[in-house]
Amino acid sequence: MSAQPNTQPAIETAGLRRTFKGRGGAVEAVAGVDLRVNAGDIFGFLGPNGAGKTTTLRILATLLPPTAGTASVAGFDVARHPRQVRERIGYVAQSGGSYREATGREELVIQGRLFGMSKAEAGRRAIEILAALDLTEAADRTCKTYSGGMRRRLNIGIGMVHRPAVLFLDEPTTGLDPQARARLWVEIRKLRETGTTVFLTTHYLEEADALCDCLAIIDHGRIVAAGSPDDLKREIAGDVLTIGVNGSGDEVVKLLAGLSFVREAGLEDGLVRLYVDRGEEAVPAVLRLLDSKGLAPSTMDLHRPSLDDVFLKKTGRSLRESAA
Amino acid sequence: MRMFRDTWLIFERSLTLSLRNPVWVILGVMQPILYLFLFGPLLNNIAKMPGFPPGGAFNVFVPGILVMTALFGSAFVGFGLCDEMREGVVERMTVTPMSRVAMLVGRSLRDVILLLVQGLILVGLAIPFGLEINVGGVAVAFALLALIGLMMSPVSYTLALVLKTEDSLAPTVNGLTLPLLLLSGVMLPMSLAPDWLQTVAKFNPLYHAVAAIRALFNASFADQEILWGVGLLAVLTVVTIVIGARSFARAAA
Ligand SMILES: Nc1ncnc2c1ncn2[C@@H]1O[C@H](COP(=O)(O)OP(=O)(O)OP(=O)(O)O)[C@@H](O)[C@H]1O
Ligand SMILES: [Mg+2]
Repeated sequence: MSAQPNTQPAIETAGLRRTFKGRGGAVEAVAGVDLRVNAGDIFGFLGPNGAGKTTTLRILATLLPPTAGTASVAGFDVARHPRQVRERIGYVAQSGGSYREATGREELVIQGRLFGMSKAEAGRRAIEILAALDLTEAADRTCKTYSGGMRRRLNIGIGMVHRPAVLFLDEPTTGLDPQARARLWVEIRKLRETGTTVFLTTHYLEEADALCDCLAIIDHGRIVAAGSPDDLKREIAGDVLTIGVNGSGDEVVKLLAGLSFVREAGLEDGLVRLYVDRGEEAVPAVLRLLDSKGLAPSTMDLHRPSLDDVFLKKTGRSLRESAA
Repeated sequence: MRMFRDTWLIFERSLTLSLRNPVWVILGVMQPILYLFLFGPLLNNIAKMPGFPPGGAFNVFVPGILVMTALFGSAFVGFGLCDEMREGVVERMTVTPMSRVAMLVGRSLRDVILLLVQGLILVGLAIPFGLEINVGGVAVAFALLALIGLMMSPVSYTLALVLKTEDSLAPTVNGLTLPLLLLSGVMLPMSLAPDWLQTVAKFNPLYHAVAAIRALFNASFADQEILWGVGLLAVLTVVTIVIGARSFARAAA
């Protein structure tokens, strides 16, 4: 991440760790995380299941004390000044938040009031949020009558009622239909205009790409890559060529790795992946070589590097598949 | 002050939600009503036995039933909290700057209001059966019932925060309430019990509460048990509220 020493970061962590002790031994869910999120940014936290995203978020939201390391949010240390941090943040958990027997409006109003709003003020704010999240018609129904996506939207709305300086969203768009997702993206971008810092986790690379100013990839509790989506993609120079083969993949990798324009070759998810300088020229050359050895490919795909390629390269797994 | 405002907000919310499903309030008062109608009349004959405390059978029995109602009405409130925890409501509120004392006391006050209403229904129904009341005495007796609720509901909430699920909460609460109930002289006065049982019962705060409420219903205001009951419950209430509020503060982790 580009350091901006003259602006106070909204979130900063150093050597953050969290170990859980369970029956099967200790799990190091967060294993030394250093992050810096600039104020006003939309920050994306990407990682496969169990990578430590939620655990990190819970530490930052004062719900979980770290085993080691420090974290500050909105200028306050989460361990020493949890109260000041709570006054400045909103937190939407990966699941849950609203109560079955309460109505959407009731939940929004009480949340606003717990943050010090007057009844009238919280009521007005609830109307705004309900409209923005397309819940106006369901406002006075109990939450148990909501669909999964409606309930999710309400939970997100609850986290935004008090206009927090820093908003944490744990997989906000999981379970939303494409329309609701697009709608939420608009709302999240609007938050940027008001200077809110948004820290969100997601499994959707398109989402991270479209929404985030900056992102970090976490795997096994460690940050494996961080930067703007463009910076990360640029790290993978050239194009990506994936080839499906019938025979031994290893043999094909060994053969193609010798070509001058191939920067890197490997076998991932059963497909041969080549990172090549100029894809248009690489395709015919690769085809000719494979043909001459009697190893005709079954499929071939050439594309510009996407975040998924970054992810695959950094973690050895495709997020598309681990998320599915 | 933030604490009082938050307490009011949580009280208001909890009460609204409880009244939306008044089934539980009604079920809670059904059992004591059955005791009143189906068990109470038995006592009319026993009341003539030597060792039976002064006052008519119902003046001995109704205070016990009231304490039982207060005990059950507050010992099981943790179930509702398990439900709120599962829905993520407790976590969501933990991330707000709200007072942790308010999280507890707001809910406990709701529990107290509900059990006082149940108590009033019971007293009203018992009068035709021969319960004799003294308005001042009943007022103080209801203050004692409120104290029982304020003492017990934090215990239930604390257990819920620690145990987290109804499945583990149920046997724990049962194991706690049954001895408290049996050793309080709710059904039959402890004065009928052998000496050793009476001695054990003296360590039960509810025993003193029952004795105090009986004295109050009989307008025996000089009875020392009244001071004992009020003093003991007040002290214990402070203790359970402090522990309960700390559990809410720690529930975050
Ligand atoms: N309370 C807990 N007790 C024990 N282990 C835990 C606890 N919370 C998380 N873990 C473990 O820590 C690791 C990281 O979990 P975490 O929930 O942070 O992952 P995640 O990145 O949010 O995953 P997902 O994408 O599935 O939500 C996992 O191995 C998980 O089993
Ligand atoms: Mg998670």
